[in-house]
Amino acid sequence: MIGEWLDIGWVNEIPVRGSRTVPVEGGEEIAVFRTSDDRIFALVNRCPHKHGPLSQGIVHGHSVACPLHNWNIALATGEAQGEDKGCTPVIPVKIDGGRVLICRASTLKAAA
Amino acid sequence: MDFQDYQPREGTDEPADRFSGDPREHLVVVGNGMAGCRAVEELLARDAGRYRITIFGAEPHVNYNRIMLSPVLAGEKTFDEIIINGRDWYRDNGITLITDDPIVSIDRASAAVTSRSGRTLGYDRLLIATGSDPFIIPVPGKDLPGVVSFRDMKDVDTMLAAAAKGGAAVVIGGGLLGLEAAHGLALRGMNVTVLHLPGSLMERQLDEAAGWLLKTALEERGQTILTGADTAEIYGDGKVEGVRLKDGREIPASLVVMAVGIRPSVALAREAGLEVGRGIKVDDHMVTSDPSILAVGECAEHDGNVYGLVAPLWDMCRSFADGLTGKANPYRCSATSTKLKVAGLDVFSAGDFSGVGGGCEDIVLRDASRGIYKRLVLQDDRIIGAVLYGDTADGSWYFDLLRKGECVADLRDVLIFGQAFASGGGAADPKAAVAALSDDAEICGCNGVSKGQVLSSIARGAHSLDAVRVTCKASASCGSCTGLVETLLAITLGDDVQAGSKTMCKCTTFTHDDVRREIVAQDMRSIPEVMQKLHWSTPDGCSSCRPALNYYLLCALPGEYIDDQQSRFVNERMHANIQKDGTYSVVPRMWGGLTNPRELRAIADVVEKYNAPMVKVTGGQRLDIFGIRKEDLPAVWADLNAAGMVSGHAYGKSLRTVKTCVGSEWCRFGTQDSTGLGVRIERMTWGSWMPHKFKIAVSGCPRNCAEATIKDFGVVCLDSGYELSVGGNGGIKVRATDLLCRVATEQEALDYCAAFIQLYREEARYLERTAPWIERVGIDYVKQRIVEDEIGREALRARFLFSQGFSQDDPWAQRAEGVAREQHAHMAQFRPARLEEMA
Ligand SMILES: Cc1cc2nc3c(=O)[nH]c(=O)nc-3n(C[C@H](O)[C@H](O)[C@H](O)COP(=O)(O)OP(=O)(O)OC[C@H]3O[C@@H](n4cnc5c(N)ncnc54)[C@H](O)[C@@H]3O)c2cc1C
Ligand code: SF4
Ligand code: FES
Repeated sequence: MIGEWLDIGWVNEIPVRGSRTVPVEGGEEIAVFRTSDDRIFALVNRCPHKHGPLSQGIVHGHSVACPLHNWNIALATGEAQGEDKGCTPVIPVKIDGGRVLICRASTLKAAA
Repeated sequence: MDFQDYQPREGTDEPADRFSGDPREHLVVVGNGMAGCRAVEELLARDAGRYRITIFGAEPHVNYNRIMLSPVLAGEKTFDEIIINGRDWYRDNGITLITDDPIVSIDRASAAVTSRSGRTLGYDRLLIATGSDPFIIPVPGKDLPGVVSFRDMKDVDTMLAAAAKGGAAVVIGGGLLGLEAAHGLALRGMNVTVLHLPGSLMERQLDEAAGWLLKTALEERGQTILTGADTAEIYGDGKVEGVRLKDGREIPASLVVMAVGIRPSVALAREAGLEVGRGIKVDDHMVTSDPSILAVGECAEHDGNVYGLVAPLWDMCRSFADGLTGKANPYRCSATSTKLKVAGLDVFSAGDFSGVGGGCEDIVLRDASRGIYKRLVLQDDRIIGAVLYGDTADGSWYFDLLRKGECVADLRDVLIFGQAFASGGGAADPKAAVAALSDDAEICGCNGVSKGQVLSSIARGAHSLDAVRVTCKASASCGSCTGLVETLLAITLGDDVQAGSKTMCKCTTFTHDDVRREIVAQDMRSIPEVMQKLHWSTPDGCSSCRPALNYYLLCALPGEYIDDQQSRFVNERMHANIQKDGTYSVVPRMWGGLTNPRELRAIADVVEKYNAPMVKVTGGQRLDIFGIRKEDLPAVWADLNAAGMVSGHAYGKSLRTVKTCVGSEWCRFGTQDSTGLGVRIERMTWGSWMPHKFKIAVSGCPRNCAEATIKDFGVVCLDSGYELSVGGNGGIKVRATDLLCRVATEQEALDYCAAFIQLYREEARYLERTAPWIERVGIDYVKQRIVEDEIGREALRARFLFSQGFSQDDPWAQRAEGVAREQHAHMAQFRPARLEEMA
């Protein structure tokens, strides 16, 4: 039986104010972010603007600035902020005993 | 479960207790700690005679206030002073207290407990209040004598004995407990080092900014605090001698305190077959999966939550007692707040200060001179979280607003100043509060400027913030009064206020120049420190200010400042150029534009090996290899390094290329060795971080084939020497250089170049290229600093060369060796079992 949550590693493996990636075979890569207050968020690794790899952006507060054209994307909702419009799919995350778990179903769906 | 279940069993003849003649129901309590005893107190307050009560404690003591162990350790209190209930309390209330004898098993079938010494006692109701066990990290040496946790009086005694001998102590864990232990041991004269794995102290309760303040305050008191410190082992022969970190550092110590966390103590309950999650599962009246067994305190799990602070436990005890006496009072896990004194410093946090959900806003107040930091998190005009440091007086007010979910739209402007200000008329009109100030009220504490002085300087024509700063110095130092000055401007001038010069970004009221000046003036050393001292309005800045601050600190503190990778734009973090499809391009350095067969072969091999779809000659005479995947970058660099090539920094705000022509060596017009000089200049300047990209060119004669007059620094060789020109740019707006001067020798050309670069590095704003910078400050100013002021030029040159001593190592080589490996590796990979699931 495959669990509902995918265990992808320790919280500590993600740099603070940084991110790591999880490629999904046959689908889209997931970016997992860790903020300065130690929250974890996951988004599809694709900016709604021109598909910049959000994982490579600067994480500030609970947003990430896309590395290509500097749109700011809210990590919690995936929404572009300010004047910009667009949304990146969010993957539910939870932490259990220091491990990061991402929602399997959403990962599959977002990746499809 | 409903509360009616707790009614005494009526209509039965059977005596409630099988072991005594007492007809009352027998309540047995396991755990004589804070929650167990409080639960009994609550019960007595409701119905003193109802139950016959026996309490078992593992410790040899009566009930004491565990929170006060810290003051005992610090020598501020004695054990006697922290006793909550003395022996007489137990006696007066007819409670049997059995100490130093832990319960080892519960037999639910016969409703009896057995203790270590062999006592077996029947119960009608059993209350489990066993608290928590300290978490011991499973490193080698954890069992050595001299390793203690910080949980009970016994631990404190061990620490006091060690402290009496003096020496060094290591505390593992920079949370509340660890810091309390460190504080106590330091006061007892030990030399204390705190090891904390996360990047900032008390990361659960405080955000990074408040954690930084705490760390600074503790360091000022002489403690050593190492964050990001991962313990590998505790070493020692027969007893503790020190701690070794994963990075190899060793910290000698005769005492190691482990304070990395606690776990609900559930072994007893689990063995008895009760339902256990993280803690013992209880319902709204603290009843476990067995209706006659209840649990309160840190060992209990309610609605998925376990607690590590006393406030919620008190609510649990009330619900427990109400339930047992037949009254409904369901426990509701409520928002928690933490108001703590850590080593004598006030901190407070409540609710969700991490502000998840969309639409969250931060209101931040920083008052550096008073060491105060306040942050409120608002969502839909309601407070959902708060972090206070230094001044926690308003904590309970904010917490109240938070719990009631009150709309604070009307208070917004003054909320952060606290209840007194918000309710003192300031709320109605923040301007009125300022208008009402008397003329001699102090506005700017740093410079001692009164309201009257600010007003008169406005009256004399200072119609912008900058002008006020210049004329009367108000708000010119720490900036905490900026808001007040702006309000005074608004009151006096209405709409005539001139917009000040542009601030660095929306996180601050300071301009780039202010920030640069203050970093040096106040000797600031880290990004959180700048944000605190200059009152940043966001917790950790944004993608505009962080790279700028990182650069300013790097420039101000060569060799000392530790670069913040996460504040660098992706190209500088990856040491390659990101392209529109998310792949990277890589440019190896070719000194002065020269290359040879070996280098060309290495480049060709890389192109084939990694299937790079394109190679292109750049405008700066280098080869750019396109389409490299992030994962492949370290291998590409290793291959290029092997052929002797280093990073071209083609991605950075740094020296890019030195373009040259062939010069006197081959060209029939060449007057000097322009290629050779170009190589020398590039050797001197490579690797230096700049406010923006920086390009140099050297042409061998005035025909200027290397296009030296549209570069940041250009050299045109002449028969009589070298013509140096600056501030050129071939970008969107092409600008030809301004002539700086002529010099006679190559060495002078190099010296002037170094001095000019350093002036630019120290004075330009981040992301300002030399062209706009020179247009702003004027070429005459640059000439005065570089050409006329010989001593100043020499000093600039020396500072440049000094800082180059730290920056000329090849970032590719470090990465190829595995530094920051995780930046290139995926965290995990996911291969769905069945691909059709993807559909
Ligand atoms: C040094 C220190 C400082 C603290 N500071 C603060 C603070 O500032 N603010 C705050 O809110 N909280 C603070 N806390 C936390 C607070 O003390 C706890 O939340 C509280 O004590 C928990 O109460 P409890 O009854 O669940 O557990 P405890 O008070 O730990 O009581 C559990 C008792 O059960 C006993 N026991 C365990 N197993 C058995 C058994 N099988 N048989 C018999 N007895 C058993 C234990 O020996 C212990 O005496 C601090 C804790 C410590 C250690
Ligand atoms: S700049 Fe002068 S020396 Fe250099 S290549 Fe051109 S003509 Fe020859
Ligand atoms: S692709 Fe993200 S901002 Fe353009």
